[in-house]
Order: sequence, then C-alpha cells, then structure tokens
Amino acid sequence: MTQENAFISIRNVNKFFGKFQAINDVSMDIDHGEFFSLLGSSGCGKTTLLRMLAGFESVSSGEIYIDGQPMSGVPPHHRPVNMVFQNYAIFPHLNVRDNIAYGLRRQKLSRAKRREMVDEMLELIKLPEYGDRKATQLSGGQRQRIALARALILKPKVLLLDEPLGALDKQLREQMQLELRALQRTVGITFVFVTHDQEEALTLSDRIAVMSDGRDLQVDTPTRLYESPVNREVASFIGTMNFFDGTVKSVGSDTAVINVDGLGEITAPACTVSLLAGDRINVAIRPEKFLLTDQKPEGVQNCVKGHLDNAAYLGERSHYYVSVEGISQPVAVSAQNQSRAGGTEDRKRPVWLSWDNAAIVVLKDA
Amino acid sequence: MKPDSYIERTNRPLQFYAVLFLIVLYVPVLFLPLFSFNDSIYVKFPLKSFTFQWYLELLDRAPVWASLMNSIKVAVTTSIIATGFGIFAAKAITRYRLPGRGPVVGFIMLPLVVPGIILGVALLVLISQLGIRLSLYTVTVGHIIVCLPFAIATMIPRFEGFDKSVEEASADLGENAWWTFWRVTFPMVFPGVLASLLLTFTVSFDEFIMAFFLSGSDATLPIYIWGQLRFPQAFPSILALASIILVVSFILVFLGQWINRGAGAGSLESTKNT
Ligand SMILES: Nc1ncnc2c1ncn2[C@@H]1O[C@H](COP(=O)(O)OP(=O)(O)OP(=O)(O)O)[C@@H](O)[C@H]1O
Ligand SMILES: [Mg+2]
Repeated sequence: MTQENAFISIRNVNKFFGKFQAINDVSMDIDHGEFFSLLGSSGCGKTTLLRMLAGFESVSSGEIYIDGQPMSGVPPHHRPVNMVFQNYAIFPHLNVRDNIAYGLRRQKLSRAKRREMVDEMLELIKLPEYGDRKATQLSGGQRQRIALARALILKPKVLLLDEPLGALDKQLREQMQLELRALQRTVGITFVFVTHDQEEALTLSDRIAVMSDGRDLQVDTPTRLYESPVNREVASFIGTMNFFDGTVKSVGSDTAVINVDGLGEITAPACTVSLLAGDRINVAIRPEKFLLTDQKPEGVQNCVKGHLDNAAYLGERSHYYVSVEGISQPVAVSAQNQSRAGGTEDRKRPVWLSWDNAAIVVLKDA
Repeated sequence: MKPDSYIERTNRPLQFYAVLFLIVLYVPVLFLPLFSFNDSIYVKFPLKSFTFQWYLELLDRAPVWASLMNSIKVAVTTSIIATGFGIFAAKAITRYRLPGRGPVVGFIMLPLVVPGIILGVALLVLISQLGIRLSLYTVTVGHIIVCLPFAIATMIPRFEGFDKSVEEASADLGENAWWTFWRVTFPMVFPGVLASLLLTFTVSFDEFIMAFFLSGSDATLPIYIWGQLRFPQAFPSILALASIILVVSFILVFLGQWINRGAGAGSLESTKNT
C-alpha cells in the first residue's frame, strides 16, 4: 500500500471531531530530508494533520506510515518524530539546559556526555551562554530555538513544526526563516512545517501541500504551485491571479486554441487538463506576465487594448488595473518601475496589454 | 492606588463595608486570646491582671498532649491521603473529557454543603453496620471525606492554570504518562499540593462533628476541649489551648495561600511573553 520510496506516507486519512470532518481524504508522500510545508488558511486542518503525525490525535480512517511503519496505535512517545509546538511549550519549571536535555533521560548517558550534547545544541542554536537561564526569562525567538534544540537533540527522523514563527515580529521572523532553512540543511532531518503564510512557505519549502477545508488541493514545488496551479482555489490562494472565462475552440497535439471573452482567440500551451472542443473553461494569467505599453506593441503573440483604471505605486513596482471591454473585472497588472515614471500615470488613458502564450494557465473549473 | 483610574479610585462605602465585615467576623474570635491572658477563672469584664498561668497549666496536662498527638496523627494521615486523591481527581477533572463532568464535580464537592451532622450520622451507621470498631482510623476516614473537596478545589486552578501542551511536549520527547506526570505535571502543580496539604491538615485538625461521631476512646483535640467545657476551673486553660489552635491554623492557612498565590495568574505570567 505504501509507496516504498516515500519516507512519510499519508494514505486516505480522514479525521472526524464528532460530526465535524476536519480532515477529508488526505493523501500525500513526503520524502526523506525534505522541507515540506502544509499551507492553508486558518481552520483548514493543518494542526490537526500535524497532531495526527505526532500521535496526539488518532486517525478516524486511513493510515499514516513513517519510515515504512504504520503509525496507528503507536503512542506519541514511541514515534520517531518530534514536534515544535505553536506556543513552544517550554517547561517553565526547568532551566534552558534541563529543557534541552529533557528527552535524554531514557538514553542512560553519562553526565559528561549529556552535558556535551546539550552544549553542542546550545552552540547550534546560538545561545551558548543561556544554559542556566530560567525558561521563563527568555524572549519569543529564544524560546523557539530552545524548543527546536529540545527536539533536535533526540535526532528524530522527522521534525514537525506548527507555525513556529507565528508569534515573532517580521524582522526576527525573516532571520529565523533563514536560520531554520540553514539548520534543516545541516542536520538533514525531514521537516514538516505548518504555516498560513504563503510567502514563508514559498521561501522555505522544497514542496508545499496547499490545504483547504480539510482537503489537500495540490502538493507541489513552490515554482509549480505558482506557475501551474491545478485549480482556481490554489491559483487565488498563492499570489494574485487574473481569471478569464473562455471556450475551447480546437485542441491540437500540444496546444489548444481557446476563445477567451474579452481577450480574443489565444493559443494555450499543453496543460495537465484534458480539454474537449466546446468546453467552458477558466484561463488564468499572473499580473506580472502582462506587459503594459502606451502604443500598440509590434511582433507579440497576443495583445489587447484597454483603459487604465487605477494605479498604485509600491516603490520597486507598480500595480495597474486595466479595464478591457468584455471583461467584468479590471485586469491586474504588475510592472517593475524601471524608469522613474511609476506613480504619475494619468488615469483613463488607453493602454495596451500583451503577453506570451507560455503565461497562460488553463484551469479545469469554469 | 491611582485615583484617576475609574476602577481603582477609592470607594468609601466599600471600604467601610470591608472594615465592618472584618470586625463582625473576627471580634468574637479575639475574645478567646483576650481572656486566655486574664488572671481569673471567670470569663467576664472587667479584665484582671495579665498572666501566662493558663498556658503553663496546659503543659502539665497529660490528656492535652495525648489528644494533641491524636489530632496530629489524624490530620497528617488525612492531609496526605486527601491530597493524594485530590491530585488525581483534579487531574482527571481538568484533563480528560469526562462525560457529565459537571455532575461529577458537584458530587465530589457535596461534603462541603451536606450538614456535617448528617454526614457524621450516615458514616456512623455505615461503620457500625460493617462491624468496625470506632477509633482514630474511623475518624480519619471521616476527615478524608470532609477534606477531599478542599484538596480538589485547591488544586483544580493549578491544573487549569497550565497549558496542557507541556504535557504533550513531554510525551513527544519520549516520556510515557507516568514519567510525564512526575517530571512535568507534579512539579508544576507542586505549590497547589503544598497548599492542599496545609489546608486539609488544618481542616482535619480543627474538625469536630465527624470526630464526635466517629472517635472511640482516643479523643482528638477538639473532642478533648468539648469534654473539658463541663469543668469551670479548666475553662481558662481551654481558652489558652483554643487560642494556640487559632493562631496555628491561621498561620497554616495563610502559608498555604501564599505558597499557592498566582495559581492561574502565574501561568499567564509564564506564557505572556510568547
Ligand atoms: N479537538 C477538536 N474538537 C473539535 N474540533 C476541532 C478540534 N481540533 C480542531 N477542530 C476543528 O478542526 C478544524 C481544523 O483545525 P486546525 O486546528 O487543524 O486548524 P489549522 O489549520 O491549524 O488552523 P490555524 O491556522 O488557525 O491554526 C477547525 O475547524 C477546528 O475548529
Ligand atoms: Mg493551527
């Protein structure tokens, strides 16, 4: 049943709290040494899935395999995983050193050996002088590192992290992201990382599972999630996306000709979705894939005329909203401010939008 | 006190009420120590001269010492057993999703509101039905029942006050339930345990009704005092004894409250920085 090469395998897992279904038929495979993120809006079941991996919640049906072993019935203290809790769950009655050494009791090590291991960890998390501090006298970022060290010292096969950076301010957060990623490369442990921050997920992860309402929508690399989302939900969850309605006119071997309302006839690249002539479909284009010009561009694959509705100057780039005849929503366009013209656009002037065929994403759900 | 803050400005009527309340509560009690130092066997005004005589007299009375030892034995046993049960009851109540948690808690707390005399009679009937001889053991059983609600009520806020994810963290780091309890739960609720020990000791030490119904030939201190009330010449010494008990009880209870200060609030303190 398991995929032999997957390190963690989640197979058709469901979770019910009473009548409420928190996890709905989720399946995914996580490779060894991977930085894997669970991304989704609040309440979509990320924590629940993580707690099922850790053994704090049972699965209602389905099975989780870690390193080939089925996990149902295995209590948390016998699982080869360790967790960094959302609130860190540092033991308040112990000092930093004892917090980090907590899990070592069962390994029957000599006092000196244990001390050496703790010192190593303190070094790794860059808090070497903090060993004798009381756990309650630490900042949020320091607690987070203690929680990390406490788990890593046991050399788990998998480290589960539940929004570990959620409580930190932006600057510390970005610093910790870098440290976390570097640490993961150093120790080579599989990380399963929960976040609702798409930017964080995109920067850190090897692969991301996008979740919504207890279901996994797409499991893919950051690039593929961004460039080829499988449906409208994923496309709109990650970044900004323009959606257009269209009808399939003809389907070739690796291209499809689509009549898009307002944009005219376009040739879309081959896509994962199987299309039939006459299908009503969704076409999506990212704002930064459009080129905005005052004159009609020469020698481009596609272009359309519109009127500049609105512009927002954001320093390094500007956002434009262009109304195009036949399309209800203004088209969002994002452009780098290479000249200094950025903010001084006069509204309501005619502009041209052009784009490449490669920029087009065809989505199945109309 | 910040007079400019609405909630903290001085409230005359409330202060007056608080003072009046304390007077009504404690003035009658203060008569005990007052007369215990009075050089007369009659408890009436005006006071005569100051004396330690009644306290010294206590030292020579063997039955006082015997009943004191009895009371201490009973109170120590009671406080340990009631607190022990209380720890697990409080853990069960706060940690596990019990069906009908409300009624269960209400049932455990019942001895607080059932008149002692009813509880005492009921236990006496039960014990004599079982053919058990009345002794300090039966008194202890009665006291455990009376003290259990105090123990549980003292410790529940401690258990509720700390985040249960630290227990999960312990399990996650490889400890089973037993070790998690001793390495995490117990140290964290320990102030509550101490407070419960002190409180249940005091309650048992001062308890009269259960002891009255359930003691055999060995009297506890309150029973001894009750017995001595018939003898007028012994009365001032009894006042002295009662004064000592009063002071010691006060100290124990205040100590318990002090140790257990910030149950709940303390846990906020430890998590507020996250
Ligand atoms: N013990 C529980 N009993 C009942 N419902 C629960 C329980 N735990 C979680 N839920 C529900 O399951 C759903 C998923 O919760 P979960 O905590 O996994 O969300 P999440 O994705 O981690 O959200 P957040 O980003 O806000 O942390 C929520 O609707 C929540 O109300
Ligand atoms: Mg969560």
